[in-house]
Amino acid sequence: MGIDLTHYLTLAAIVFTIGVAGIILNHKNIIIILMSVELILLSVNINLVAFSTFSGDLTGQAFALFILTVAAAEAAIGLAILVAYHRNRGSIAVEDINTLKG
Amino acid sequence: MYELIVFLPLLGFLIAGVFGPWIGARGAEYVTCSLLGVCFVLSWIAFVMVAGGSDAHVPLANWFTSGKLVAVWALRIDTLTAVMLVVVTTVSFVVHVYSIGYMADDPSRPRFFAYLSLFTFAMLMLVTADNLVQLFFGWEGVGLMSYLLVGFWYEKPAPNAAAIKAFVVNRVGDFGFSLGIFLTFYLTGSVAFDQVFAAAPGLVGKTVHFIGFDWDALTVVCLLLFMGAMGKSAQFLLHTWLPDAMEGPTPVSALIHAATMVTAGVFMVARLSPLFELSPAALSVVTIIGGTTAFFAATIAGVQMDIKKVVAYSTCSQLGYMFIGLGVGGYSLGVFHLFTHAFFKGLLFLCCGSVITAMHHEQDMRAMGGLRKDLPVTFWTMMAGALALSAVGIPFTSIGFAGFVSKDPIIEAAFVSHRFGAMYAFVCADIAAGLTAFYTWRLMFMTFFGSRGDWSASLPAKPHDGHAHDEHAAHESPLVMLVPLVVLAFGATFAGVAFRYLFIGAGHDGFWRNSLSLGQENGLLERMETAPWLVSISPTVAMLIGIGIAYYMYIVDRTAPRRLAGAFPALYRFLLNKWYFDELYDFVFVRPAFAIGRLLWKGGDGVIIDGFGPNGVSARVLDVARGAVRLQTGYVYHYAFAMLLGAAALTTWYLFGGVTQ
Repeated sequence: MGIDLTHYLTLAAIVFTIGVAGIILNHKNIIIILMSVELILLSVNINLVAFSTFSGDLTGQAFALFILTVAAAEAAIGLAILVAYHRNRGSIAVEDINTLKG
Repeated sequence: MYELIVFLPLLGFLIAGVFGPWIGARGAEYVTCSLLGVCFVLSWIAFVMVAGGSDAHVPLANWFTSGKLVAVWALRIDTLTAVMLVVVTTVSFVVHVYSIGYMADDPSRPRFFAYLSLFTFAMLMLVTADNLVQLFFGWEGVGLMSYLLVGFWYEKPAPNAAAIKAFVVNRVGDFGFSLGIFLTFYLTGSVAFDQVFAAAPGLVGKTVHFIGFDWDALTVVCLLLFMGAMGKSAQFLLHTWLPDAMEGPTPVSALIHAATMVTAGVFMVARLSPLFELSPAALSVVTIIGGTTAFFAATIAGVQMDIKKVVAYSTCSQLGYMFIGLGVGGYSLGVFHLFTHAFFKGLLFLCCGSVITAMHHEQDMRAMGGLRKDLPVTFWTMMAGALALSAVGIPFTSIGFAGFVSKDPIIEAAFVSHRFGAMYAFVCADIAAGLTAFYTWRLMFMTFFGSRGDWSASLPAKPHDGHAHDEHAAHESPLVMLVPLVVLAFGATFAGVAFRYLFIGAGHDGFWRNSLSLGQENGLLERMETAPWLVSISPTVAMLIGIGIAYYMYIVDRTAPRRLAGAFPALYRFLLNKWYFDELYDFVFVRPAFAIGRLLWKGGDGVIIDGFGPNGVSARVLDVARGAVRLQTGYVYHYAFAMLLGAAALTTWYLFGGVTQ
């Protein structure tokens, strides 16, 4: 059987859902949240590349490269924040990060 | 000139009150006393002028006009006003001077003198009033100043309580008074005296409909107005504030609670005599209340041990005499007694003040005795006051001390009057005459005769305050206090004889002219000549019996008072506790009022208003907030989840028919 657009989109949806679930269900480690964010971005990339291929337009793939760049930068910044946070608070457990609570 | 009489005390108040800190106590004394002195001289000039026949009406300003209700500031100067002007300014001036000595150690003298002057101003406004509203202004003004002066030593609890009591009891009377003014305006369409009096004869027989009955309009008006007079003049049922008011400084007692303010009720009834004259029922009430007060206050005065309380109850009793005079239709008799009473009762109070200073602020007569030698001037002046109060004089003539000349005619008038209740008042007044002599001389004997400590055995045991009072020798007061005593003693001795002709004698028609309603009185004064000799002599006999008993009990046999009290313990306690009026009022009015107050406070205000109002709203807000707080966990992933749900919901809505093409 051939692999058509639906399969790509399904894969992207699964990856996206895993990413979201990772953010919401994760109670332990903030790094996992970062990874989940990466997963969500990846699912977007899959969608972009898939649509670009099937519609014969390369613009989408160019966008995918931009997103990868942005994701890399965001990961770098996120990890930097994480290190700074760990220095200040001595922990990166998600449960401890609740200063938003009044 | 009349403006000066009225407004100079106000000026004195402003200077002493506002600039007191700068001019100092000495300056305040000089300013207020000298201004009062000018008033005093001008008042006597005014008195002579008015007695000569020149009444005056001095319009000052329009106060307010509201529809038909017009109230103006104006001074009405007729004989009645002139008499009151003389009384007020004379006693006030004397008391001002006396206070320089009496209050010499008090740190807040400027305030005291400012109050005294403002009181005098309010009293002068009252007596010169041209309409009921202005009268009410002065009425409330003197009430306020009485409150402030009784509570002058505000750091002590007793004067504060007494001041509040005086104010509250007077409110009861003023409630009736204001209703009376409203009703007068409703019936006559005016509050000005001239118009009210002109309209009054037309009101005879008219009725007002109230709670299902038709009442005689004039009687209702007069009774309501008289209620105000009862409060101010401390008459039976509304008298309870006067003895308590003795907590104030003694000069205040002399000025306010003997000579001027408490006589405002008498003045008011006399001023409104054309109105009262038309309502025999109201005059009967005046007579009966006056008789009852004269008798009952005299019985209480006979057992009191506090020297000022004796004189206070005596004032109450003498005011009763004045109302008997008014009630039987002899308005000039009542006003004459007011006039002489101001002198001798003011004198007695000031003498008490002198004795109290000499005794280092001891007021219990049982701690006194034998002061005659230590305080000769006080003794002799007080003797004049006592002779005047107990109405010593020669029967069938008009030669005697002031009280005799003015009081005995009232008793005669009560006998010859045909008014309902007059005979009751006559009996009361006659007995009270004996009681008056008894308590007056009891006071004199206990204070001035015998020797120090004669009565100290019956003193209640006091916690020893470190120094016995007996160690200090009693000392005579300074000259600045003695001169006023001598002046008033002169008045107490001669005021009756000197003014009898004008006030109630043959010259009284030309003297009073239109200021009093003399229609019925002319007959009354003539009929008094025909009173049986037994009646004419009865007050004198009662007086002699009273003095005799006092002499026996307090000089001859000093164990007699105790034996008498032991023989009638119930009666003695009844009198000592002032007929239990305070307890009765406490039970009937004060406690229910407190209970209702507490109910409204705890139940009404606390539970209902606060519960459903501010406290309830704030509690609900807190509840909602607490719920909202629980939503805010502070975890980023919860917010992210909420965001996701929101995004999902929006998308779903968008996809399934939210947007129509």
